[in-house]
Amino acid sequence: MGVVQNVSLFSTDHDFRRTWVALRIGVVKETATGETRVAATPKTVQQLRGLGYDVIVESGAGALSAFTDAAFVEADATIGTLAETWQADIILKVNAPSSAEIAQLRDGATLVSLISPNLKPELVEELTTRPITVLAMDAVPRISRAQSMDVLSSMANIAGYRAVVEAAHVFGRFFTGQVTAAGKVPPAKVLIAGAGVAGLAAIGAASSLGAIVRATDPRPETADQVKSMGGEYLAVDVEQEVSTDGYAKATSEAYDRRAAEIYSEQAADVDIIITTALIPGRPAPLLLTAADVASMKAGSVIVDMAAAQGGNVAGSKPGEKVVTDNGVTIIGYTDLAGRLPTQASQLYGTNLVNLMKLLTPGKDGEMVLNFDDVVQRSMTVVRNGEKTWPPPPVSVSAAPAPVAAAVAAPVKEAKKPITAGKLYSLVGLGVLVLFLLTAYSPNELIGHFTVFVLAIVIGYYVIGHVHHALHTPLMSITNAISGIIVVGAMLQVGLDETSIKVLSFIAILLASINIFGGFAVTRRMLSMFSRG
Amino acid sequence: MTATTAAQAAYIVAALLFILSLAGLSKHETSRHGILFGISGMAIALVATVSLVADSFSGGSVALLAVAVVIGAAIGLWRARVVEMTGMPELIAILHSFVGLAAVLVGWNGYLEVENRPHGAESLALVANETLRIHHAEVFIGIFIGAVTFTGSIVAYLKLSARINSSPLMLPGKNYLNVGSLVAFAVLTGFFVHSPNLGLLIAVTVLALALGWHLVASIGGGDMPVVVSMLNSYSGWAAAASGFLLNNDLLIVTGALVGSSGAYLSYIMCRAMNRSFISVIAGGFGIEAGPAEDKDYGEHREINAEDAADMLKESTSVIITPGYGMAVAQAQYPVAELASKLRERGIEVRFGIHPVAGRLPGHMNVLLAEAKVPYDIVLEMDEINDDFPTTSTVLVIGANDTVNPAADEDPTSPIAGMPVLKVWEAHNVIVFKRSMAAGYAGVQNPLFFRENSQMLFGDAKQRVEDILRFL
Repeated sequence: MGVVQNVSLFSTDHDFRRTWVALRIGVVKETATGETRVAATPKTVQQLRGLGYDVIVESGAGALSAFTDAAFVEADATIGTLAETWQADIILKVNAPSSAEIAQLRDGATLVSLISPNLKPELVEELTTRPITVLAMDAVPRISRAQSMDVLSSMANIAGYRAVVEAAHVFGRFFTGQVTAAGKVPPAKVLIAGAGVAGLAAIGAASSLGAIVRATDPRPETADQVKSMGGEYLAVDVEQEVSTDGYAKATSEAYDRRAAEIYSEQAADVDIIITTALIPGRPAPLLLTAADVASMKAGSVIVDMAAAQGGNVAGSKPGEKVVTDNGVTIIGYTDLAGRLPTQASQLYGTNLVNLMKLLTPGKDGEMVLNFDDVVQRSMTVVRNGEKTWPPPPVSVSAAPAPVAAAVAAPVKEAKKPITAGKLYSLVGLGVLVLFLLTAYSPNELIGHFTVFVLAIVIGYYVIGHVHHALHTPLMSITNAISGIIVVGAMLQVGLDETSIKVLSFIAILLASINIFGGFAVTRRMLSMFSRG
Repeated sequence: MTATTAAQAAYIVAALLFILSLAGLSKHETSRHGILFGISGMAIALVATVSLVADSFSGGSVALLAVAVVIGAAIGLWRARVVEMTGMPELIAILHSFVGLAAVLVGWNGYLEVENRPHGAESLALVANETLRIHHAEVFIGIFIGAVTFTGSIVAYLKLSARINSSPLMLPGKNYLNVGSLVAFAVLTGFFVHSPNLGLLIAVTVLALALGWHLVASIGGGDMPVVVSMLNSYSGWAAAASGFLLNNDLLIVTGALVGSSGAYLSYIMCRAMNRSFISVIAGGFGIEAGPAEDKDYGEHREINAEDAADMLKESTSVIITPGYGMAVAQAQYPVAELASKLRERGIEVRFGIHPVAGRLPGHMNVLLAEAKVPYDIVLEMDEINDDFPTTSTVLVIGANDTVNPAADEDPTSPIAGMPVLKVWEAHNVIVFKRSMAAGYAGVQNPLFFRENSQMLFGDAKQRVEDILRFL
């Protein structure tokens, strides 16, 4: 029994598949030092069970995230030993596997975890030595459909929040400004470098603590996002290309020069700097030089969230807290997300569940890897021992693609049936008809025509700017007003013929219903509209 | 100043007040002035007319007039007070039919007064003016427009109140039927102008009644917003035609105002639904039923009220996009309560209203206003469509075609090109629906099968109340 590969949804024979036993998912304990997360929580285990899978959890796997074995059992999982768990068909993990762990995988198994295939080609090579399939959770393409599996986003969100908490912990002051009997406390000034998911989460956390928050990002389209989280966007006024894959790109030279100036200015001014700048597949860019750090006030705090990828800050050390000579603390923790292990595990686990939903179209505990799906293709590093990395590039989402706009425009043009020439000839024709009609009319009618035509034009303009929400009241009031036809019936009711009297009576009655009912109901509607 | 000039002066004032009334109704701030202007205009017009006729009429006629107005007013005020806001479309449709019928009656009276009495005072005056033939034509045209409005509105009323099936009537060669009736009308008019007689009058009345019926019967229930505003326009033209017949400028001005504003409103609706305005005016533009498709959309996911409540609690911004289903389920009150509860939690809640949501333009706004939802969080499609990507959760309550991604993405879809609310760009979408049935356009909605959408089945009102309990 193995994994059905590259079988399209439609050709799969259902009866044939039913005879197979459901696959077993193994959730193993993380072995990397300092790792507190786990790839499944009781809640996600339930969801995996719902997809038809058996789930085995290594004993103690959730201990550091505050999930007990008992809780997993309650969620319908089996608790197994290390060896038993590694024998599962599908292994869910947080960190990339060690060499020993790779050796433990059974033949034909599928491994899902963070891999960083671009940064660790040797790991990819090692994985291909085994007849296994490997999906990299950190290779989910940034398209909206795949957002629910985007573990980089979900982890960055947590890490950004935690970065602020870590900074606050070290920082010896309030974030918010206060005026107290004991004197005035100025608010803390926080600079966030990079307005990706982590940056935005940090902006939100810092501003809700009351700090003054500023943020930089090479992508000008993030300005609104920064504002929406309560930060102030510091623009670097240099030509910059728009990102097409949702990630930041390497920047131009002119840009870097101007940005460096901004960082130098800000470093001397702000109390806390949180750097989040990462470029996929490359070392992190250096944003704060040693001189910038030296210019900061004593007691200031820097959190370098890119420390693991080389660091955005001169002097930061991965996984360590460093205090410089001038009293600036540089925090280089690489496990920020893991410092909120319960939540991080829950979100990572949910990302995995969403992936498994995608891979389990039949909800029958049968995993189907479909290479026609760009999400599944992009994530697959190794398929049955065969290297499938790097995948073909995907370029969608995040920023509006200019190509799509160019294609859409002519389609819209084609839909507009009236050209300028046609329009003019139509208007000309209308004017001519009106002219002839009026010219051949007797004098009396001309006066009425004049009134009629002008009233039409007025009606059009009066209504031209009506607020959408008022369409119904407007319609009911025009309804009441068109009850004016009562005037006509009233003029006729006095004629001395019974049939006319009867018909006019009915007409007056009907039109009166209209007038009174229309106005009354309009008033009723309008009295309901209120501003919040 | 004679009674006649005084009445004419009053009519001009009334016409101006009507214009101001419509202008006032175009903004929330001035809408109350607008209705005041409208009522004063109507009062002035009625007082002027009554004082004009009071001199020449016998006491019995004046009493008859007063009785008719009082009865009509009583019925009108009573209906206006008791009508449910969800029943507003029906009420407006039936009111349109009254104007249409009144126009028919006024036309018939015109015939009885003039054509039927060739030696009466009016006839002799018209002969002297050499406008007798024009009068013939005016009678005919007035009755035609009035009768079309009358039966059209009746059908709209029946469809809206679900007394008859709202699916479009598909008679063979329906376009020929419509065009044929118009040609027949023109021919009849020619005969009538030449030699007026009762038979022709009855013929045109029946023809117009049938045409009105057919025009609206062949339009599907989903297009009712356009139909209602189109009938609004027709009722205006009917009043204007009566004005020509009676040489009354006030009727002409008012009728033309209502007619052109109604037509423009229909035009706005048509644009929102991506339909040709001309084909709407011509009637019978009901959607061609899409071919039964076997396309596999995948599986939809269900959610229960408790999880939906959790999802809402965790959201930072929520957009609610209601549709006709909310009106049907009378869910506007619980929805409003939901909105206010979420707002108390500091969650940004807004409403996104598609221009053709509901069964008449602005229907949703009225319902939400009834439930005291502040109007500044109720936004229209264009205002809110760019905000979906940054929205945590969208609640689609009883809407279907107006949130269908196929309109945007599938050029072969019957509703392709229709502007829609792009709810699918939000992080999560919860769709309140009774079942997986297709919407009015008969088009399957791929939204329900998206990765980020979840279905909450059942009566919208009950489900929203369930969520409220879990909040």
